[in-house]
Parts: sequence; structure tokens; C-alpha cells
Amino acid sequence: MIIEIGHFALVLALAVAVAQMVAPMLGAHRRDATLMSIAGPAALLQFALVLLAFAALTWAFLVSDFSLKLAYDNSHSAKPLIYKISGVWGNHEGSMVLWVLILALFGAMVALFGGNLPATLRARVLSVQASIAVAFLLFIVFTSNPFVRLDPAPFEGTGLNPLLQDRALAFHPPWLYAGYVGYSMTFSFAVAALLEGRVDASWARWVRPWALAAWLSLTIGIAMGSWWAYYTLGWGGFWFWDPVENASLMPWIVGTALLHSAIVAEKRGALKSWTLLLAIIAFSLSLLGTFLVRSGVLTSVHAFAVDPERGIFILGILIFFVGGSLALYAWRAPLLKTDGIFAPVSREGALLVNNLLLAAATAAVFFGTLYPLLLDALDGPKITVGPTFFNLTFAPIFIVLLVLVPFGPLLGWKRADIQAAAERLMAAAGLAFVAMLVAYGFMWDGPWLAPLGIALAVWLVAGAASEIAYRTKLFAAPLAESLGRARRLPRAAWGMALAHGGLGIAVAGIVGVTAWRAETIVALAPGESTELAGYTLTLEAVGMRDGPNFEATTGIVRIDRGERFVARLMPEKRRFPAERQEKTEAGIHTNLLSDIYVVLGDVAGEGKWVVRAYRNALAPWIWIGGMIMALGGAISLTDRRLRVGAPVNAKIHAGVRPAAAE
Amino acid sequence: MTRKQRRAAFIAIGLAILALAVGLVLYAMRDNIVFFHSPSDVVEREVAPGQRIRLGGLVEAGSVETLADGAARFAVTDMVETIRVTYRGILPDLFREGQGVVAEGVLLEDGSFAADTVLAKHDETYMPSEVVDALKRTGNWQGEGAEASHAETYGQGAYP
Repeated sequence: MIIEIGHFALVLALAVAVAQMVAPMLGAHRRDATLMSIAGPAALLQFALVLLAFAALTWAFLVSDFSLKLAYDNSHSAKPLIYKISGVWGNHEGSMVLWVLILALFGAMVALFGGNLPATLRARVLSVQASIAVAFLLFIVFTSNPFVRLDPAPFEGTGLNPLLQDRALAFHPPWLYAGYVGYSMTFSFAVAALLEGRVDASWARWVRPWALAAWLSLTIGIAMGSWWAYYTLGWGGFWFWDPVENASLMPWIVGTALLHSAIVAEKRGALKSWTLLLAIIAFSLSLLGTFLVRSGVLTSVHAFAVDPERGIFILGILIFFVGGSLALYAWRAPLLKTDGIFAPVSREGALLVNNLLLAAATAAVFFGTLYPLLLDALDGPKITVGPTFFNLTFAPIFIVLLVLVPFGPLLGWKRADIQAAAERLMAAAGLAFVAMLVAYGFMWDGPWLAPLGIALAVWLVAGAASEIAYRTKLFAAPLAESLGRARRLPRAAWGMALAHGGLGIAVAGIVGVTAWRAETIVALAPGESTELAGYTLTLEAVGMRDGPNFEATTGIVRIDRGERFVARLMPEKRRFPAERQEKTEAGIHTNLLSDIYVVLGDVAGEGKWVVRAYRNALAPWIWIGGMIMALGGAISLTDRRLRVGAPVNAKIHAGVRPAAAE
Repeated sequence: MTRKQRRAAFIAIGLAILALAVGLVLYAMRDNIVFFHSPSDVVEREVAPGQRIRLGGLVEAGSVETLADGAARFAVTDMVETIRVTYRGILPDLFREGQGVVAEGVLLEDGSFAADTVLAKHDETYMPSEVVDALKRTGNWQGEGAEASHAETYGQGAYP
């Protein structure tokens, strides 16, 4: 019964979304306040209905109701509670419902907190948002119905893919979707602005929190995914340049560009149509990611079941939204009034260069990801574009960008003095140079480029600190005054410094893992030892243990450094009988400067086991840096400017279009 | 600076970055593209030793052994030709005899293959699409289990 209620609620949500799509748009066009007023309540109702549908699915997983085909396919009564819940979105149909749930949540948030938006803009935004919901609800109802029943109901489910039974991965999809879908909000704002024919400072200010929220969710989602890949896939890598990973990276890079260009649009009234274009592209790339994962054109860890009908449906959605919005952009964007021409050396100029470099980096990733697929679709040779391609294209562009990052915040608007900015960065440059020498001193036998990478990381962190120091007059004024200034500094300034500094820490981690990895692979009998980068690894014993829904072969590996005991790790090979699969669990010891990473392999004859071990220098910094970046985003999101909102012209409130903005 | 000069400066910066991106892509495309080959392709087209390729097919039944130094040895077959593969690393969790596999690495002078990456399927029914196509070409495609589901898992190691 509950399942049927859920199914009914989902179909009802579709009907509500259709109303929410049509009426407010018509109302905004005719300046009909009644039609426009439907938007808010409809958005809330739509969210409530999708939530009900999602809750019904979750309930079926929680009570292991295997008459629901989805639960039968993806759950098992012996599964731990957390994976019963995450099983809801650990499959195609359920994850689509989560996708639409987040979409509806964002719409509901505009309905709740968008009271200060002009009535027509709010109506159009919610209408565009609803059109996306209509497309995806149609997709769910017609091609991916999650509420299919089985009769008779099986006694037991077939379980969830063990690779997905993991704490980080359980919450990786919700964050990732919040990021993808968050860009639907900036997309809706962009399309609504194009329809309105007006983009001004307050528009940019309204869009920024959504761009920020989407960006920080996507940052967390990507970081979690890469952390999972690191400790689960068993070879200590954190990024594979797998097409599906790239599909999440591309909206992130464009979203980062959007975050920066929206500042220019807000503060200076420039780069307006560029900001709109970025908002459209960010969501287009999110949709592209959805298409790649769900259409079956890709096969990877992330890809869901293949069904040609679904692929074609999503391709249709993709073409409609991307093509439609770009056509609208081509038609309407030239009508936007641009103002605020600025000097090349200025804050705006720096942000524009940042945007161009980010766009170039996205283009390189886009090409490397889609070219092999295109070639295959045209019956050309089957090729793979490996990590080397991306290291040779993406990395140099990003390095240029990273070198420039600390300059941006120190340049003034309109016209800036680059020499003054450079002088303020002297200390940061000095620190970076010292860090490089220290890195050479410690790791003289590593790749020669790596210490330069460390210098770049220190440059970013110290550059972010210099900016705060400059703004608080640290060392130039009495400490009390500096503290007072620090307290009064807008949260957005702290957020930016944290995001840029976090980026530096992540860069250090990436450099460390890539350049200074030590590894060994040996066959050991219990009691035997091996050496790795100054550590002694001893396989003490290998035994069996039972988990809640798996049985594991566990190795006990003792790690010593000289005479000193460091840690005892327990790498495992888990067998999941319900799913008939195996899963490797690496044993990891971290001291925050480096990880010792041990994987237990197969039996190698005569009572020996294959043991593979790595010393990954600075590995935890990748994710610590990512989390600091996300924290910076979160702090920025609480900035007073975004909470209070822009001062709004009273005439706009009345729904009358002002003759000219500002 | 006049308005015109400023605009020219921005266009110049934009073009420089575009040129940088295009140049890097073209450079990286020259020798970082890896082609997929079935064992028959390797024999017929005489893939040169040292060239980096992806080799795909079925893991020959009974061919998998773990050597004393921890390396794994197995054979990849498309039912016509068979290539021996060595892989220094831990095989992916779902690597199994008689099932589809894709190995990336280089062909050695003696005709065997040194893999540094091994991709295997993720569940009972999945087979890499390249392998399916390769088997179809040699007429050994059985059709069962063609429906793909969750997917490849990654294993990566250093080849000798």
C-alpha cells in the first residue's frame, strides 16, 4: 500500500510540476499576478509529493519489502541499516528519484526564501525549474519506474553491489547530486533573466548563493568519491581520469568560473552575458554527466544498467535543454546592456583571465572525455585517452592559473597597480622558494618538478594568508587593531582565503602522492617481513572473520620504523555471499604527513600471500584541502551580503519592469 | 589605454589561452592515445612491441597463476588467438577465469604482454563492450550475459 502511495505521489508531482511550469510563465508574460502566484505553493507541493515518494521507497528498503523489485534487486535483509538507506540511491531508478527530490528541494527553497525576488523573475525561475522536473519525472515514470512490484514476493533480496557498501560512498551521491542539481538553479535564473531581458547587480547577487551552494556540494561530492576510490580500489590512486569522474569535474570547473564571474557581474556590471553563458554551460555539463552515466555509452564503476530507451530519452532531455537555452542565449544575450569596461590589469581583468583559463581547462577535459566516445560512435577505432593526456593538457593550464591566483584578490577594481600587489606577495614568494629548497633537500631523488609543485602549493596558502594580513594590517598596525579589522572582515573574504588556501593544500597532496610514492609487492608467509621507505612491514598472521553480511580473510600487518612500533593494520578481502562478489579493504595508517597503505592479495602458493604496500606522501592533504575549500564556500554562503540580499527597487517589487536597470 | 586597446588586450589574452589549450591538446594527442586490440588483432596486424595498447578478451580457463614474487600470469583469448599476460599487482576483485577482461600495457619482444592495468567486470552479467565486439567479430559471442550492469573495476600496478 505504501509503495502505491509513493507511486501515486510521484505521478501527482508530475502533474503539479506541469502546472508549475505553465501557469507562472504565462502569468509572467501577461503580468497576471494570480497565475504567477501559483508558482510558490506549487513548488512546495511538488517537493512534498516527491519527498513522499522517496520516503515510500526508503520505507520499503528499511523493512526489506522485497515485493518491491528495486528492493529485491538492491537490498538484503542482513545488510547494515546505513546501507539499506543508501541502497535506495545505489541504483538507477532510486538515484533518479533522489535527483528529482533535490531538484524539488531547491525549487521549494526559492519559493520559501525568494520573497525578495521581483515577482516576474521568481515566477519564471520556478517555471524553468519545474520544466526540468517535468522532463525528469516523465523520464522516471515512463522508463525507470522505481515502484515496480514482484508477485509473488521473494523471501530475500539479492543485495547491493559490495563496492557501494561503504560509508563514504553511501553519501557521495547525495552530495554530488546536490551539486549537479544546484546548477539547475543558476540555469533557471539564467534562462529567466534571458526571458526578462534584464541582468543587473541584484540578479547576480541572487544567483551567487545558489552557485556557491552547488559548488560546495559538488566539491564535497567529488572529494568523497575520490577518497573512496583511494581506499577501496586498492592501488592508492585518487583520480583516474575516468570519463565519469571527468563528467563531475567539468561542471565543477565551469561552476568555479561562474562563481568568480558572478562577482564581476554583481560588483561591476560587466561580464553579464558571459556569466549567463557559464550558468547555462554548468548545468549542460551536469546533464551531460547524467547522460554519460545512465545511457550506457560508458562503462565504469559509476555506470548504471544499460537500456537504450533510457539513453535516448536522456539524450532528448539534454538536446532540449542545452539546445533550447543556447538558442535563447543567442537570441536574447545581445540585447543585454553591457557596461563597465575595465583595464586588463584590474580585479575584473584577473577574474576574466581566471575564467578563460578555467574554460580552457574544461575544454581540454571535454575533448579527452568525448573524443573516444565520438570516434566509437562513428565506427572508428576503439581508443582510450589515458591519464597522460590529461596530465599534459589539464595540468599546464591549471598551473598557469594557480600561479596567478594570489594576485587576483590583491588587485583593485577597475584599474590596479600590479607592482603594489607583487610587493605584498613578496613574503609568500619567499616562503614558496624556501619550501622548494626544503623539498629538494628532503626528496632530492624524486622527480625534479615535484618541489616546484610544493612551492606552488605554499605560494597559494601563503598568498591567501598575505591577502588577509594585508586587509587586517597585520604587523603594520597594533595587534588589537588588526584583530578588530579581522572581526569586521566580511565572511566572504575569509571564505575566499580558505578556498584558495585549501586549494594549495590539495595541490600539495596531489604533488606528494604523484611524485613521492614508494611501493612494493611481495609474497609473504606469516612471520615474514619486507621493507618499504624505511618502514618494516611484517605479515603477522592471516585469519578469517565474519562481518554482518560478509566473510573476510584478514591479514594482520605490523609496521615498525627501526625499533619503534608504528601501527598494526588489518587489510581484508571480503566475500559477500548474497551478492557473490569480493571487495578489497585496504589497511591504511596515516600520520597526516603520509599514509602507509597495505592491500592483501591472493594466495601465492606454499602458504604465502601477496601483499602490496605503498607509502603515499601527503595523501591526506588532498581531502583535507578539499574540505577546507568546501568550508570556505560554506562560510562565504553565510556572508551578510547574501543573507540580507540586495536593496531592491520598490518598482521591481510591484512587478513593473523599470525602464533601465540601475 | 583607450577602449579599443583594452578590448584588443582582452582578445589577445583570450587567443593566447586558446592557442595554449589547442597546442597542448594536439601535442598530447600525438602519442597518448591507446588503441584497443583483441588477441587476433595483435597477431594479424602485428602490433609493434613496446607500443601501448589495450588488450581485451576472455581470461582463458585454467591459465591464472600467482607467481612466487607476487606477479600474476594469465592468458587472454578470443577463441582464435591467445596472448600470455603478466601483471605485477593485485588482480581486481572480480577478475575470474572464463570472463571478460581488458588489460592495458605493452607487448614484449617474446609476444607476451606486460600489463600495468587490468580492468575486470563488476558483476555476473557484465562484459566490457570492447570484448563483446571483439568476440562478435571472431564469431565466438555467445550472447548470454550481454546485458551490462555496474561495471569495470580498476587494478593498477607497475609492470616489470
